[in-house]
Amino acid sequence: MVRTMKVATRSLDLARRVAARVTDPELPMLTLADLGVLREVDVVGERHVVVDITPTYTGCPAMATMRDDLVRTLGEAGFDRVEVRVVLDPPWSTDWITPQGRAALAAAGIAPPGPAPSHAGPIPLTLSPTARLVRCPCCDSTRTDLVSEFGATACKAIYRCTSCLEPFEHVKAI
Amino acid sequence: MTDPTIDLHDVDSEHDSAYAGLQVNDSHWAFGTSFEDPLAGVDTTVPDDVDAAVLGRYAMALGDDALVLSQRISEWCSRAPDLEDDIALANVALDLLGQARLLLARAAKADPSLAPVLPEGSPVPPEDALAYFRDAHELLNVRLVEAADEDFADAVVRILLFSVWRLEVWQRLVASRDAVLAAVAAKGVKELTYHRDYAARWFVTLALGTTESRGRLEAALLRAWPLWPELWAAHPIDVAASRQGVGVDPSTVRESAEEVLDRVLATAEVARPEVPGLAAVAGRTGRDGLHTEALSRMLAEMQSVARAHPEGAW
Repeated sequence: MVRTMKVATRSLDLARRVAARVTDPELPMLTLADLGVLREVDVVGERHVVVDITPTYTGCPAMATMRDDLVRTLGEAGFDRVEVRVVLDPPWSTDWITPQGRAALAAAGIAPPGPAPSHAGPIPLTLSPTARLVRCPCCDSTRTDLVSEFGATACKAIYRCTSCLEPFEHVKAI
Repeated sequence: MTDPTIDLHDVDSEHDSAYAGLQVNDSHWAFGTSFEDPLAGVDTTVPDDVDAAVLGRYAMALGDDALVLSQRISEWCSRAPDLEDDIALANVALDLLGQARLLLARAAKADPSLAPVLPEGSPVPPEDALAYFRDAHELLNVRLVEAADEDFADAVVRILLFSVWRLEVWQRLVASRDAVLAAVAAKGVKELTYHRDYAARWFVTLALGTTESRGRLEAALLRAWPLWPELWAAHPIDVAASRQGVGVDPSTVRESAEEVLDRVLATAEVARPEVPGLAAVAGRTGRDGLHTEALSRMLAEMQSVARAHPEGAW
């Protein structure tokens, strides 16, 4: 009995470690765990894992790839039954990106997000580009301008640094 | 219990070579296969005292709004005034497509009789059956979303009107008694805020730009304006959903949305157009399946491939 529990715990640890290692297909410097989309990993039977993930944006096309990657990676680690479930509630927030994740983004030249805006009460209309303090990931200057709220993926905005003149991406807070 | 063996290959090294992933395993490229259900694992139980048919029709109507507008906005791909806006519009279209997918999947789960019947053995999931195998008169979208854009200003005006409306409604929809609609709304609110503010800024920029940009913006506003009142009608689909506590009757939240729109118009120094709303035909509007001619043409293109291969696997 004790031995079975130990094995079960070890199996759960392994599943969690392996799942936490899977990277985001569009931000490969970030693991799904660091991105905050990996919500739960559970071993429910012999070699049978259930993984909960949440989409960053409703239309995120990377979801299918994330699910494929989880099934493949956990399969390679010996889990031949992997169920990936989608959790919609609570909605993903950039506040869930871990400190390691933020550091990895910055190291890859992508400015990490600030604190997510709270959506209590009516949502204020913003008619001028959002004044958020975004540090240039190349030269650390705060003299940066928003180029576009929408970048190459749904979760990023495009900025440029007026000090070093480099354009860069910024994960926008939601 | 068997202890699974560990294969701790170095994940980082996979990203050092652009070709590494190609050699590993073909399953890496199996996009979508066996993961068709966007609501996989989501609890889709309909609350006991909620009429599943009412919930299904309401979710389908909201899904159709997003589906049609997403398709229209995506027509801007490679045609927008500059690269940033091309990308921005594609992002907006993608968010709406995501909303459409979840909502149509929700509709079909709540009331399976909504989805068109396809040949036996067809792998087409219910939300795709709804998107690709219904004719124009079976779609319940509001008529604002269906025209083709003549000008970038049309896209700006339409995204503004649509997202001001949808954001107002969805801020209440987060309290829906249907857990799926509530969750979709909670996510959608964040996305719609970006869409609304993006369009509002362009609205002001075009209005205060040159004589040419202002003229074209005002012309676009005149074209879209007749379709604004329809968004706020207390249509039986929305009213029934509201009575069941799963939906929101837009006529009850119009005032605060008009205030938001007035602020945009005031900043842009543009007057509210004085043109009447587009009339209902024999009492029927978009939510009744009554549409403008543009919708059938759009669907003909959007649905042609899926309809040619009802048993196709993608």
